[in-house]
Amino acid sequence: MTAAVSIRGLEKRYASVHALQGIDLEIAEGEFFALLGPNGAGKTTLISILAGLTRASAGSAEIMGYDVLHKSRHARRNLGVVPQELIFDPFFSVREMLRFQSGYFGLRDNDAWIDEILDNLALTDKANTNTRLLSGGMKRRVLVAQALVHKPPVIVLDEPTAGVDVELRQTLWAFIRRLNRQGHTILLTTHYLEEAEALCNRVAMLKAGRVVALDHTANLLHSGDERRLEITLAPADQLPAILLPRLVKQEGSLHVLRLLDYADLEGILTTLRTSGVAVVGMNLRQIDLEEVFIRIMGQESDA
Amino acid sequence: MSGFPMLLRKEILRFWKVAFQTVMAPVLNALLYLLIFSHVLEAHVQVYPGIGYTAFLIPGLVMMSALQNAFANSSSSLIQSKITGNIVFVLLPPLSELEFFGAYLIAAIVRGLVVGVGVWLVGMVFIDPGLAHPIWALVFAILASAAFGAIGIVAGIWADKFDHLAGVQNFVILPLTFLSGVFYSIHSLSPFWQSVSHLNPVFYMIDGFRYGFHGISDVSPWHSLAVILPCTLLICLLSLQLLRSGYKLRT
Ligand SMILES: Nc1ncnc2c1ncn2[C@@H]1O[C@H](COP(=O)(O)OP(=O)(O)OP(=O)(O)O)[C@@H](O)[C@H]1O
Ligand SMILES: [Mg+2]
Repeated sequence: MTAAVSIRGLEKRYASVHALQGIDLEIAEGEFFALLGPNGAGKTTLISILAGLTRASAGSAEIMGYDVLHKSRHARRNLGVVPQELIFDPFFSVREMLRFQSGYFGLRDNDAWIDEILDNLALTDKANTNTRLLSGGMKRRVLVAQALVHKPPVIVLDEPTAGVDVELRQTLWAFIRRLNRQGHTILLTTHYLEEAEALCNRVAMLKAGRVVALDHTANLLHSGDERRLEITLAPADQLPAILLPRLVKQEGSLHVLRLLDYADLEGILTTLRTSGVAVVGMNLRQIDLEEVFIRIMGQESDA
Repeated sequence: MSGFPMLLRKEILRFWKVAFQTVMAPVLNALLYLLIFSHVLEAHVQVYPGIGYTAFLIPGLVMMSALQNAFANSSSSLIQSKITGNIVFVLLPPLSELEFFGAYLIAAIVRGLVVGVGVWLVGMVFIDPGLAHPIWALVFAILASAAFGAIGIVAGIWADKFDHLAGVQNFVILPLTFLSGVFYSIHSLSPFWQSVSHLNPVFYMIDGFRYGFHGISDVSPWHSLAVILPCTLLICLLSLQLLRSGYKLRT
């Protein structure tokens, strides 16, 4: 089976920045894949090369087996991209934009699908509004809609939920998930790591133009037996000093403690009991993707 | 199916939606020229026997407006899209460079012709300049709009901001059109300036266009065609090549 996205030795040099320093990546058809990394890691640069908006300095990339440079028309036909920048065309309404976009892909009479997209993105009542007059979150949704008009097998979303309200984020993800179940491959970048954790089967972490982690989400989360114990203390109480080395995060009276294995739990509970602090809430959970991310990024900068 | 018809449609709608600025304003401009120059010169200047100055001026103004607006259409569309970033909407789809070029070029020609017809109709209110050879008039109008539409594509791709475009407009387009015999026949110039004018392709566009109206011109329309056709083709090829190279659009 051909990979949905296949990237080999990809490099990009700008005048003063080596933005991509040799990326190799294969994304299989049907995957829901997250591309994570701090600001400036090279995520958007990578996506721009896939989309044919930027040319690589070295290496190659294919979409559904079509080279993005030499078979660009086929590659683009198979790709839908939601750009990171909030762009719009001030001359036209939402529906006009979607009709144009359909037309550019050679599709006539695409209104049934356009209506379905509008409905799924809660844009139906804005269909005839000029895109200039939409709020930021609505403009973002129109960008998502534009990327989907031609039902592309590979859908790339560059921070699609930045500035989108909670309710709509849920609706958007439900829609994208459905497309994924129907066989569309999804490549996503986001700075909301809980989103990536909930949605994506595989994750690549990028740092300064290199892939520093690439694995199934589950493997990243289960690397080691490390767990987290969240305890909420009564407002007046302090965490016993002996537990401070375990503290990974504190938000007010909520303390998140590192647990290397379940046996640790016993000791912590005893300490809490004997020191006489009042525990008003307690929750045991797995390590989350955000913590994995921070750890991996931290290791890399030590190296 | 090809994406070309939709891109063309969009490019035409883009200027048509703001026709007040893109069509009415240039027609009004030409009307002002017509009022002032014909008022001052009608009684004093006769370029060709039997043809009054106003009748002589109208085709010149029509052509000048057509050229400038063809240039403005493609160049401003591209620079606006580049600055607002929405150029990616036409870079992401599977449109070939030829389709891209064709859509911007034809939209520029359409705008040139629409404005030209507007100026002509307004001129008719003053005096009917005649239309001796409509085919010649149309051929020159289309070729000239195409040439300036293609220059507009090159300028729109090259420019990084509106200032750059204004520079091209002020230092290239305006001198070329004003020094081409819009307002006078080059026979009234000294021999030196006459030969300089003969190096300006726009002179042939206007002279050939005038032949379409008056049936009389400084040089034969075939001669003008022989100059303009290769010029137009050349600038079209250059602009298509620029698109193919990805210069400033796919960096
Ligand atoms: N057109 C450009 N010219 C010069 N440098 C650029 C250009 N585009 C990006 N860069 C640089 O390349 C690097 C990677 O940028 P990129 O936009 O790909 O990061 P990113 O991972 O998408 O970041 P973010 O999370 O902030 O969107 C950065 O150092 C950036 O400054
Ligand atoms: Mg980015």
